[in-house]
Amino acid sequence: MAKINLKREPMPRQDPKLRAKNFNEVALGYSAEQAKAEASRCIQCPKRSCVEGCPVDIDIPGFIKAIRDDNMPEAVRILKSKNSLPGICGRVCPQETQCEVSCALDKKGAPIAIGRLERYVADWERANMDSAGSSITHPKPTGKKVAVVGSGPAGLTAAADLAKLGHNVTLFEALHVAGGVLMYGIPEFRLPKKIVQAEVDYVASLGVEIVLDTVVGKTVSVDELLNDGYRALFLGPGAGAPMFLNIPGENLNGIYSANEFLTRVNLMKAYQFPEYDTPVKVGQRVGVVGGGNVAMDAARCALRLGAEEVYIVYRRSEVEMPARREEVENAKEEGIQFRLLTNPKQFIGNDQNWVAGMECYEMELGEPDASGRRRPIAIPGSEFILKVDVAIAALGTRPNPIIPSTTEGLETSRWGTIIADEVTGKTVKPAVWAGGDIVTGAATVISAMGAGKRAAADIDAHLRG
Amino acid sequence: MYQILLKENLVPNIHLFQIAAPNVAKKAQAGQFVVIRIDEKGERIPLTIADWNREEGSVTVVFMGVGTTTHRLARLKESDSIANFIGPLGKPTHIDNFGTVVCVAGGFAVATIYPIARALKEKGNRVISIMGARSKDLIFWEDKLRSASDQLIVTTDDGSYARKGLVTEPLKELLEAGGVDRVIAIGPSIMMKFSAKTTEPFGVKTIVSLNPIMVDGTGMCGCCRVSVGDATRFVCVDGPDFDGHQVDWDLLLARQRIYLDEEKLSFERWQSQRANSS
Ligand SMILES: Cc1cc2nc3c(=O)[nH]c(=O)nc-3n(C[C@H](O)[C@H](O)[C@H](O)COP(=O)(O)OP(=O)(O)OC[C@H]3O[C@@H](n4cnc5c(N)ncnc54)[C@H](O)[C@@H]3O)c2cc1C
Ligand SMILES: Cc1cc2nc3c(=O)[nH]c(=O)nc-3n(C[C@H](O)[C@H](O)[C@H](O)COP(=O)(O)OP(=O)(O)OC[C@H]3O[C@@H](n4cnc5c(N)ncnc54)[C@H](O)[C@@H]3O)c2cc1C
Ligand code: SF4
Ligand code: SF4
Ligand code: FES
Repeated sequence: MAKINLKREPMPRQDPKLRAKNFNEVALGYSAEQAKAEASRCIQCPKRSCVEGCPVDIDIPGFIKAIRDDNMPEAVRILKSKNSLPGICGRVCPQETQCEVSCALDKKGAPIAIGRLERYVADWERANMDSAGSSITHPKPTGKKVAVVGSGPAGLTAAADLAKLGHNVTLFEALHVAGGVLMYGIPEFRLPKKIVQAEVDYVASLGVEIVLDTVVGKTVSVDELLNDGYRALFLGPGAGAPMFLNIPGENLNGIYSANEFLTRVNLMKAYQFPEYDTPVKVGQRVGVVGGGNVAMDAARCALRLGAEEVYIVYRRSEVEMPARREEVENAKEEGIQFRLLTNPKQFIGNDQNWVAGMECYEMELGEPDASGRRRPIAIPGSEFILKVDVAIAALGTRPNPIIPSTTEGLETSRWGTIIADEVTGKTVKPAVWAGGDIVTGAATVISAMGAGKRAAADIDAHLRG
Repeated sequence: MYQILLKENLVPNIHLFQIAAPNVAKKAQAGQFVVIRIDEKGERIPLTIADWNREEGSVTVVFMGVGTTTHRLARLKESDSIANFIGPLGKPTHIDNFGTVVCVAGGFAVATIYPIARALKEKGNRVISIMGARSKDLIFWEDKLRSASDQLIVTTDDGSYARKGLVTEPLKELLEAGGVDRVIAIGPSIMMKFSAKTTEPFGVKTIVSLNPIMVDGTGMCGCCRVSVGDATRFVCVDGPDFDGHQVDWDLLLARQRIYLDEEKLSFERWQSQRANSS
């Protein structure tokens, strides 16, 4: 057996000083040589443990071998047969906890950079193949109408798979753009919008009719759709309702939910104000409360928009941070300041009703709580004031109640999520499936896609049964 | 794209558009609103649904030119289209047989209150409407609102038409005379605030339709949050109608001013672009 190569190809990235001032993509992508070198490290192990780590079962050794063999169209075919959105997953999947942690070489500290290779293949396809025509085989139409609600990764995947199976799919989206969090939440510098748009166009090219500006539950109800000839319905409206801290002063001017801040910046392109007409306030000193990907994204956007000091205020320590390691490192390199073991007590306003400061406690970690993480406890008397002129609450999101509250016969949990079968996504309401963040609460792109995929298979079986 | 089927300049700076939006028309109810965006670079703004025609598939909005979006909108012509028109959003106004209801409208909100008054009347209420404008040349839909009311009182701030004064004066008289079961007051925030203050001592339930800054209009951003009875509520999904006696008006008024600098910049930029292009 050839000697195992433990030198992972590094990802070329924009210089931190430069990128902290622009919205261009941070990670630049492998060159052909780098991709081939990384692909050649894969030992093609028969156990294929990497595949088990991927929620959508991509034939990882297969597509990697195709890269090594210079057979890029084959690599594209293998990827796309399981994943309609490889350009997105290759960029934002938490690979380090999924496919890469399952790679045989992970134990040696150098797992194959599966995500980066996936991204390379997707980018190659966009540059070199007519993506609309490339991997589409036209299935025999079944003549059955299926409605998909929400165009995030769950909805896009369900719609694509159902269309590939020959069903007549209509995808309804509340916003004026399709893509869900991929469009309005995750910033341009981590996931360029033209890539999301290309993936949305691909889904449309499969024959999916995308209907924007349609809030299901308001513009049209679930039951109206069912009565209108849709034989099955997949609900993928995500968990988009922002949570706040519920502390005094939270409605002062200058305090945003991360959703609002990111929506203004990404969806409405406030970073190009006034050319684009939606404004956003950035301020000089920005405090972002939270420790997940959303907090990192909001903080890094604020920095790029010109804030001088940007703080991440997080109540536990760095090891407990739910954000991807890579993004925490990126944020640090760019100059985001981490105020760990710190938790806001209240916001303080000036005489103009603008936020002027965040009064915080210093925290210490106690015994582990239900989540298994050590519980943060405020240290009495430790209060201090962090001066900020903009604050962003990045505390997570809840399911939006519009669909559950306007649809009879759906069951919801006490967190407002829709109850559905874990495997098939079937809800208790006849002909209705659900998946993605609306079922799990805020999770990941790939888990939402996995749910869309499984539901599509079950819907297909149901329609043919 | 959503086509402008009919455009009417009601009074200086207030325009009526009838827009083709069959899905919105099908579901629209009094008190709901739409979110519109003119084009790719435009802002999303909310406008109340002033009327609808389900057969024709059209929705009517009435708006006043205040900044870039509303002024740009006002310059569009019949048969032009706008990029997005989303709705109907928000909860419909609660309509029931309350008895005697006083509907108070300030400025362009005559258009907002009209479908509400009509629905209340259809439900069997005695509807007394009060409409106020700054001056005579800003009065519109007087006949329309009269037809939806049992009694109509018109005021102008400067006395150039009908009764001189603010809408709160006849409102107070009606309350003093007694027999009012409910008040619905819609207009500029300051007018709603003072209408609610007028009714409070009489203990008459007063519904107002709040107008904070919005982005999505579907409950996902929290931009539209207000404080009502000490709870934070999202106007786009929990409202827009709230109990006027419970609203923290100062907070609402402050939050409406967040982007004054940017709005000014945007408006001046648009005006100079227009000057250069003509
Ligand atoms: C800022 C941010 C950063 C993130 N970073 C990562 C990351 O790096 N990696 C990762 O794996 N995950 C990340 N996530 C999480 C991931 O984006 C979500 O888990 C995923 O998008 C959920 O997919 P979904 O399809 O269930 O819902 P969403 O992506 O939320 O899409 C739901 C769509 O449905 C629409 N909708 C809602 N209600 C209705 C209705 N009534 N009618 C019609 N349409 C409706 C919404 O407008 C939206 O477009 C991040 C999330 C955020 C907010
Ligand atoms: C539920 C609701 C219903 C409304 N109905 C009507 C109506 O029927 N007719 C009408 O003329 N106006 C209505 N408004 C107000 C209308 O949305 C604003 O006048 C409009 O957004 C101003 O935009 P602009 O670009 O022209 O002005 P700008 O210069 O941008 O703003 C002028 C002022 O309008 C408010 N405003 C700005 N942006 C927004 C926004 N995105 N959302 C809400 N308010 C904003 C701010 O207080 C601002 O100071 C309604 C508002 C709400 C919330
Ligand atoms: S989809 Fe995500 S988890 Fe699956 S192989 Fe690609 S990067 Fe890994
Ligand atoms: S486990 Fe790692 S080395 Fe083995 S086939 Fe998968 S990617 Fe290649
Ligand atoms: S406008 Fe975004 S939550 Fe109401």
